[in-house]
Amino acid sequence: MSKLQPLQSVKQFFMNPVIDKEYRLRMRTSRSMWTLLAYLIAMGLFSGVIFSIVGIDMRNSIYSSGFTGIAFIVLSFAQLGLIAFMSPGLTAGVISSEREKQTLNLLLTTQQTSFTIIVSKLIASISFMLLIVFSTLPLYGIVFLYGGISPGQLLSVFAFFIFNMLVFGAFGVLFSTIFKRTMIAVIVTYGVVLFMFVGTGIIYLLFSFGYNSYGFSGNNPANDSWILHFLAINPGFALYSVLDGGDWYMSLARSSRASKTFFDHVPFWLEYVIFYTAILVLAIYGAIRNLRPVSRKKQGV
Amino acid sequence: MTDNMIEISGLTKTFGTFQALKGIDMIIPKGSVFGFVGPNGAGKSTTMSIIATLMLPTEGTVKVDGLDVTEHPHEVRKKIGYMPDFFGVYDQLKTEEYLHFYGGSYGIPRKEREQLIPQLLELVNLSDKKDAYVDSLSRGMKQRLCLARCLVHDPELLILDEPASGLDPRARIEMREILKELKSMGKTIIISSHILPELAEMVDEIGVIEHGNMIAVGNINLIQQQLMAKRQLTIKTSGRQEELKQFLLDQPLVHGVFIDGAKLEVQFSGQDAEQAALLKHILLADYEVISYQEQQTDLEDIFLAITKGGGAEQ
Repeated sequence: MSKLQPLQSVKQFFMNPVIDKEYRLRMRTSRSMWTLLAYLIAMGLFSGVIFSIVGIDMRNSIYSSGFTGIAFIVLSFAQLGLIAFMSPGLTAGVISSEREKQTLNLLLTTQQTSFTIIVSKLIASISFMLLIVFSTLPLYGIVFLYGGISPGQLLSVFAFFIFNMLVFGAFGVLFSTIFKRTMIAVIVTYGVVLFMFVGTGIIYLLFSFGYNSYGFSGNNPANDSWILHFLAINPGFALYSVLDGGDWYMSLARSSRASKTFFDHVPFWLEYVIFYTAILVLAIYGAIRNLRPVSRKKQGV
Repeated sequence: MTDNMIEISGLTKTFGTFQALKGIDMIIPKGSVFGFVGPNGAGKSTTMSIIATLMLPTEGTVKVDGLDVTEHPHEVRKKIGYMPDFFGVYDQLKTEEYLHFYGGSYGIPRKEREQLIPQLLELVNLSDKKDAYVDSLSRGMKQRLCLARCLVHDPELLILDEPASGLDPRARIEMREILKELKSMGKTIIISSHILPELAEMVDEIGVIEHGNMIAVGNINLIQQQLMAKRQLTIKTSGRQEELKQFLLDQPLVHGVFIDGAKLEVQFSGQDAEQAALLKHILLADYEVISYQEQQTDLEDIFLAITKGGGAEQ
């Protein structure tokens, strides 16, 4: 009985009225259907182009696993890009839109805790993203026809997608509690996601460019391999690390720096997951604190 | 826990440099209906938001049934049903689902809700709309639905901020009838409005707020009596108005008489007994009185009398 209690609590949480209401509202709008359709068309077109390229090669070699690998990688990057594009739109309005529609105060005077409201709304939004992403599975199924991709790779890539949905979504929910206008929350969330993809890459390039061209540090090149940590927090690079199983991180482990950190010995994707898990927790905590000004003082409920 | 449902002491709320509430004190006994009266921007909604745990006071304490709203917000929310002045609805939900959502949010089990919701819909006359989408309801129906939402967890205190604003006369009457029924059920109700006559019938106590200052608070009859220290009497006669004016001015407690055609407006500071005695004197003096009546003092008059100059400083 006692062993089942935590499971029942989890079940009870997932059946809470906020999630139930969010699902109903989300799935009753035609917008959701059009979003799903647009996503599948975009992914379908993209896959069509990729597979047609692979198909040309297939005439020469049926088991060209190298090309199917490339197709899988390109498809996954496209998927990550679309997730990054959609997540802010789906999450950055969850609180601010309630404020704009003047339903938030009614919700905040109920017995639902700030934690339940924030996490439920995040879960509901992520669930819709999951529905969209899982609906693209048949496209990945085509990759299997060509061979060269293991189910484990597919699972790890999808796990990475889910993690990113949570990260982008947490930023969206946080800014939704900070900014009163949904539009501003969406723009700021896109800004942060853009920084994750492009900003970290630019910072890496600037450091490495400065270091390579002008002897940036004046030290042995291997001593400056810390610059690679900027790549580790880049979603694109982290995905590449997941797909490739990449050995880039070995360059950190091999560096001659005397003081090596834990992160010099772990794969980039793991560094990415650890770093953004901390950010994710902070973002959700911030959103919970921002939701009810009254609770700041005493109880945090 | 206590005989008072609400105890507010030294409540201050500041937004930047603007002081919305300037040290409000008030006590609302359990089971009473408290009319919160004041012009727009006076601080009614701010006070109600603080009681509803939606806002933090800058200074002072607010207690609901003995519980401090800043220290025990979760417990306070169990006791209150809050209806804001402006509110939205989830347009993709049906009326019944809407109440199920809020019922669930207050932790009421589904089985209980199945029995409760039809009763609530009946109370607010929306039984026939249970399968209608909330968005399709009229303004008055939405107001009533919101009131049903407030009642879903059977709160002891109802905080109703302008519940009848924007309603047509019929919907306003319907709302008033529902509130009377809630009063008879023993709920403590705080109701704000700047449309005063709609409050007059149902409130036991009023608080008049202006520019963040509570300028009068107490039993509506007592406040009315205080103001009625100077009554205005209207006397209609068949003739001899000038003569009657002189006669009245010679009477004690009469402070002024103005002739308005066949009528005389009399400023009088006596109570009911003195008022009856004055009529007797007029009749004994052989004046032909067609009508003799005291001008009714309604909540609007009270409000105007109290707010005239009071609390006007910024």
